[in-house]
Amino acid sequence: MIGAEGASSSKKARISENPVSKNRPYFALVVDDDPMIRRIHSMILKSVGFKVEVAENGKEAVDLFRTGAKFHIVFIDMEMPVMDGIEATKAMRAMKVESKIVGVTSRNSETEREVFMQAGLDLCYTKPLTMAKIVPLLEELQKN
Amino acid sequence: MERNQQLRRQLASMRQSLFDQGHLDEQFILLEELQDDANPNFVEEVVTLHYRDSARLITTIERALEKSPLDFNKLDGYMHQFKGSSTSIGAKKVKAESTQFREYCEAGNGEGCMKTFQLLKRDYATLRRKLEAYFQLARQAGPNEIACRPK
Repeated sequence: MIGAEGASSSKKARISENPVSKNRPYFALVVDDDPMIRRIHSMILKSVGFKVEVAENGKEAVDLFRTGAKFHIVFIDMEMPVMDGIEATKAMRAMKVESKIVGVTSRNSETEREVFMQAGLDLCYTKPLTMAKIVPLLEELQKN
Repeated sequence: MERNQQLRRQLASMRQSLFDQGHLDEQFILLEELQDDANPNFVEEVVTLHYRDSARLITTIERALEKSPLDFNKLDGYMHQFKGSSTSIGAKKVKAESTQFREYCEAGNGEGCMKTFQLLKRDYATLRRKLEAYFQLARQAGPNEIACRPK
């Protein structure tokens, strides 16, 4: 699926060194109302071997878990229509969702990020996601 | 073959100038590195999504700047969204101007906001034009590995 042929040498090295592509896949959920962000974050995660599903808002994410879907990790935006990231995270934790939940926000306010963390996040990152942010998370999943 | 090589050289040169002129930053390179055989138009798709979304925001900000008195909170909110979208494609100059605009909002400086917005619109339009030309040339050159990272 990850097209190694024709890829740059740096991309080839990253993919071949990544144990996920050799062992069982990890499943990620990207929750964001911005289609561009969903596309970018999905591609970043797929490039390191995640299987990715997307949701457009918090309610869709919560509904996925309600129907029995399981993910190793969830990347969730803070501000979304219908149900925002804070409410969705609270709902997922109330459902005893054990996935790692990572908030992804463009907000710089410490107060807002703290409120988001308090909802039940494991981590909160500033958008956009980068390899430097994703790789340590993947390594942690592999350790556990 | 020779024509194709010429196109690729032209494409590489066009791409390099976007970085040299400060229009793009490392985030664009990340997008290029994500592009692969399964998603050969990924960068263009993302850039297209950005311009679809950001054009709407530009119009919204323009209308908000016509109001009196200016609602700096609203302006800041719109620009925050615009900046986020610009950051995601690596639009370096536009991102810097967005930051400047937001500083003027915080200071309640309407004139500063308006002047900065004019600069931002200019650079936004310039980058959009250059990227459209770049992707058009890339389509002519045909599928190939994206040009190497700038040295």
